[in-house]
Order: sequence, then C-alpha cells, then structure tokens
Amino acid sequence: MNNIEIPNNKPLLSVKNLKKHFVTKKNFFGHPKEYAYSLNGISFDINKGETLGLVGESGCGKTTAGRTIMGIYKPTAGEVYLHGERLDLSKGPEKRIQMIFQDPYACLNPRMTVGEIIGEPLEINHVYDDNKAKLQRVYELLELVGLSREQANRFPHEFSGGQRQRIGIARALAVNPDIIICDEPISALDVSIQAQVVNLMRRLQKELGLTYLFIAHDLAMVKYISDRVAVMYMGAIMELADAEELYRNPLHPYTKSLLAAIPVPDPDIRQDISSIKGEIGTGDMTGCPFAPRCNKATDKCFKEMPAIKNVEGHQIACHSI
Amino acid sequence: MILEINNLSVGFHTYRGDVKAVRGVTFNVDEGEIVGIVGESGCGKSVTAHAVMGLLPEENSFINQGNIKLLGEDITNKSNMEMTKLRGTSMAMIFQDPMTSLNPVLTIGQQMTEGIIKSKGLNKKDAHEEALALLKRVGIPKAEERMKAYPHEFSGGMRQRVMIAMALICRPKLLFADEPTTALDVTIQAQILELLDELRREMKMSIVLVSHDLGVIARICDRVNVMYAGRIVESGPVGEIFHNPQHPYTRGLLNSLPRVDKVDDTELPVIEGHPPDLLYDIKGCSFAPQMWRCHEGLCCLSSK
Repeated sequence: MNNIEIPNNKPLLSVKNLKKHFVTKKNFFGHPKEYAYSLNGISFDINKGETLGLVGESGCGKTTAGRTIMGIYKPTAGEVYLHGERLDLSKGPEKRIQMIFQDPYACLNPRMTVGEIIGEPLEINHVYDDNKAKLQRVYELLELVGLSREQANRFPHEFSGGQRQRIGIARALAVNPDIIICDEPISALDVSIQAQVVNLMRRLQKELGLTYLFIAHDLAMVKYISDRVAVMYMGAIMELADAEELYRNPLHPYTKSLLAAIPVPDPDIRQDISSIKGEIGTGDMTGCPFAPRCNKATDKCFKEMPAIKNVEGHQIACHSI
Repeated sequence: MILEINNLSVGFHTYRGDVKAVRGVTFNVDEGEIVGIVGESGCGKSVTAHAVMGLLPEENSFINQGNIKLLGEDITNKSNMEMTKLRGTSMAMIFQDPMTSLNPVLTIGQQMTEGIIKSKGLNKKDAHEEALALLKRVGIPKAEERMKAYPHEFSGGMRQRVMIAMALICRPKLLFADEPTTALDVTIQAQILELLDELRREMKMSIVLVSHDLGVIARICDRVNVMYAGRIVESGPVGEIFHNPQHPYTRGLLNSLPRVDKVDDTELPVIEGHPPDLLYDIKGCSFAPQMWRCHEGLCCLSSK
C-alpha cells in the first residue's frame, strides 16, 4: 500500500516474456502435435507491498500465469526474477512464493487437522526443529487470520467456506513468503463472506507488508483490492494501469467492453449491454487476439501482434491507440 | 396473474431431522414481468423454483403448507404426469450448468426436434424447421450447421442459448432461470441477459430470475425478493430495493459489495455471524442474531 517505503527501485517480482504452451495432442511417436497457447509472453513487475490484480475471462491464461510463476508448471519460455535474482523454475515450487487457492473445499486435506495443515509447510521447509515452537507458530497464525487456537485440532469439514479460506491464508503465511499468489480466493464464497475475507487480506497486507498477485474475474473486487490491474486476453496482457485510472479511463477496446459488461448493483445504470459481440477464440493466430471481436480492428490487427507501449501511464497493446 | 405462491413451505428429510428450507414464502408474478429472487447459498431460492416446477426429489422432500397457483390453477398437489404436461407448455426452466441439462450423445438438432415432435405433434420436417427458427432467434450463428453438432462442441454461452431455445419451444408463459449466467464470463453474461430481456418483451413471457448476483438482478428485473434463511425478508420494485433498502440484511448485502463505478478505499462493511441452522425453528426474525441493532418489533419487515 501507499505507506510502505520501497527501499530501492528494483521490483520485488519481475516476470519477463513468460510463455506456457500445453501439448494437447501427440502424434504416433509421442511427439507434440498440437498446442494450447495458454500464455503467449507476458511481462510485468510487482513492487514490494503492492497488489497487482490480474483479470480476464475464463481461459485467458490468468491461472496458468500464477501457476507458472510459482513453479507448478514448467514455463515454455521466459524468466521470473525475485529480488532481481532469476528463479530456477525447473526445480519446482519456490518457498518464497506461496499460493491461496480458489476452492476452499478442495485445497484442504480432509484427513488432516487444521493444525497439521498449517504446520505442513513449516515441516517441509524444516523451519522449526522442535514441535513446541512449530505449534506455537501455528497458534499464532490461526489468531492472525481470526480463528482461535482451540480450532487447531479440528478437521476442515467442521468449518464454513469463509473459515476454510482463512485456513488457506494461514497456511500460505506460514513460511513468511515474499509474495502470495491469490488464485480467485473469493469467487467460491458468498457475497457477505467475500467482504470478510477481502478485509482480512487487506489488513494482513498492512500489518505484515505483504505483496499480492491477485487473480480474479470479479472486476469490482479486483478494483477494490488492487493498486494496479493487468487485463489479460487469450494469454496476453492487453492493458496494465493503476486501478483507479484503468477503471475511470480504460483505453484498450477490450478493457472498455469488459468494464461495460459488468452488471452494477444499481437499476438506474442499465448501460448499453450489447457492447461486445462474439466469443473467445482458439489462440493460435498471429495478430492481436482480440481483433475478431474488436470494432476498431484494421487489417494490421489481424496480421501483427501489437507491442506493449506506454500511453498516458497505461501499458497497452493495441494498434489503434 | 401468471404465478401466485402463497405461504409456501418446503422441507427435506435428512438423517439429522427435517430441514425446513423454505419457510412461508409468498409472492406473485405478473404477465411480462421479470421477478428476481436473490440471496446467499442455502437461503432457499433454488428450492422455491424447483418446488414450483415440481422438480423436488420425491423420496425426501415435502411441501408442508401453502399452495402454488399457475394461471389461476392450483398445482401444489398435482401428480407427476400432470406436472410433466405443464412443464414445457406453461412453464419452463433453464439451469446454471447447461452441459448437465443436455444429452451429450445426441446432436442439438435431435434433442430439439424430439422435444418439438413430442410436445407439438409436428412431423419431422416441420419440427426441424421450427428448431432452426428457434436457434436463429436465440442468436446461434450458422444455425443450420450447428444443428448437427453435439453439446460439447458448443461454448458455455452457446449452450445456454440452446437451453433457452429449448425452453421456448411451446412458448411458455413462465420461465424459471436458475442462476442462468453464473457459469459464464461477464461479456457472455451481458449477452444472455440481453437475450432474456428481448424475449420477455417479444413473447410477453414472465421470468423468475434466481441469482446471487445483485448486479444481474439490478440489470434486468422489475421486482425483486430478497431471501434469507428460507424467508423473503424484503420485496419490492428494484428501484426501491436498491436505492432505499429497508431490511438490515438487504442493506448489509448491498454495502458489502465493492463498486466498479465508485471510488472507495474504506474497509468493506461485513455481515457478522452465520445464517441460522435450518434444522430448527426460528422464533422472530431470522436475521436478528446477526444484527446488534435488532430489537423486538423494530426491524422486522418480514412477516414473522
């Protein structure tokens, strides 16, 4: 957030031209024949204490981006730097990057107690030698996320969705990560519970100086929690700008139509809802991925992928601007 | 009046006891009107819709009081056979996940013509024409080709359009839409909502829209019922509910949403506590335990 000083200008996390292509079909000899182009070279920086929102429609590659940065998926190309030092993503997940998952029912092992779940990352990373100190840390984490230490001996099924998400947050915080990737942490929750979890995440960010990469499709929530927002479409970043600025003054045609499509809980604002036509394509094209749905598209848009440029403080990939 | 629901209560037998999922719900739907039912998971909004459609699981559910009138006729105790006749002709329903409602091994054309032949008694050729016209009406591009495609070849938004086309076969007076856009992206959601709004105007159809998303409700509904713990806690025209909410639960729900069209940087107001366990009887207002401001007789806009 604003009140946290940035010691040097080096970003905490830097993603450079990250690509991830999944093999969808193999030929007779087991060699790849067809690919799904999930991530087509994305680049961004995240500063310490900041929240970067990553939004887009389903299938745009936002979850793949989060998982590739974490090292769950091996990237096809590109680099990830943490504190200016290149991460070897082939080694698997990095301890300094932790993740909060979407489904609070699927991400907790039903046969482990909450204490064991939160203690597991401490055990895997050999943070504490004796059990007492580890247990103390687990209690501390439980209280930090608004649960009580008595609940450490209970099992996940005894908790509601919102409480489970709190457990997920405590687990992610256990090893004091530098950055937390939040993959749709609230989209499985009810409206009133969403607010509780988001408030908790913001409070923790203020208290502990956390850095988030917040992945979501709920544009209103992303605006609320993020300092900067990146809009993705079919594996590429279309526009990246300060949250307030992006929502007040969207420049990219895709961002514009995406924002116009959000239903606002106010019956007086019934905008022109027919702003965007067609559906998401397949992603193996050469030009701008949004061109087939764009009303400003020219021949150039279909032939050439636009490069990222700086316009009015926005990083934007579009030929028409 | 198309639909009148009077003091409807629905319960389920479970091994813990009887869960009273809907507790005395009353509302009406007029011709050509879109009525929203909004609430959080477990509040009974879908159960209400299923009860009207006669789609509750027979083995463990029961309607213990109240009645449902469709076009002036009481349908509460109709047999399964009679309900099957009503479904499709007088009322139809579309669901959240269109993939589970379509048969994966039949083409869209086969599924649509089957319905038309059975319900309207047309021959195969006419049924084909009719199906084609409906698919075109709901905005499926290259409808002739798409008739031969299987459900998995359609995207989520297109599948929902097919479901809507199937629901429209007999021009029902009443359409239940149970979270029709929850599984869809915002841009596709906007297209589907627009389609529903057009169809209602064109066919003078009434729609009951069940949703947890207040934005969706605000966008197309005329009137809205807010449900909490099996009861309607507040109902009224959308303008009134959204601009001048009276019930603390409605207010809490609206306040806990961040807005795209406004700048706010304060902490989101939250609703404390949990909804009550529906296994037990609730005395007084079901929201009272979560509301420090609640005093007897002061805030209860609900009937109890």
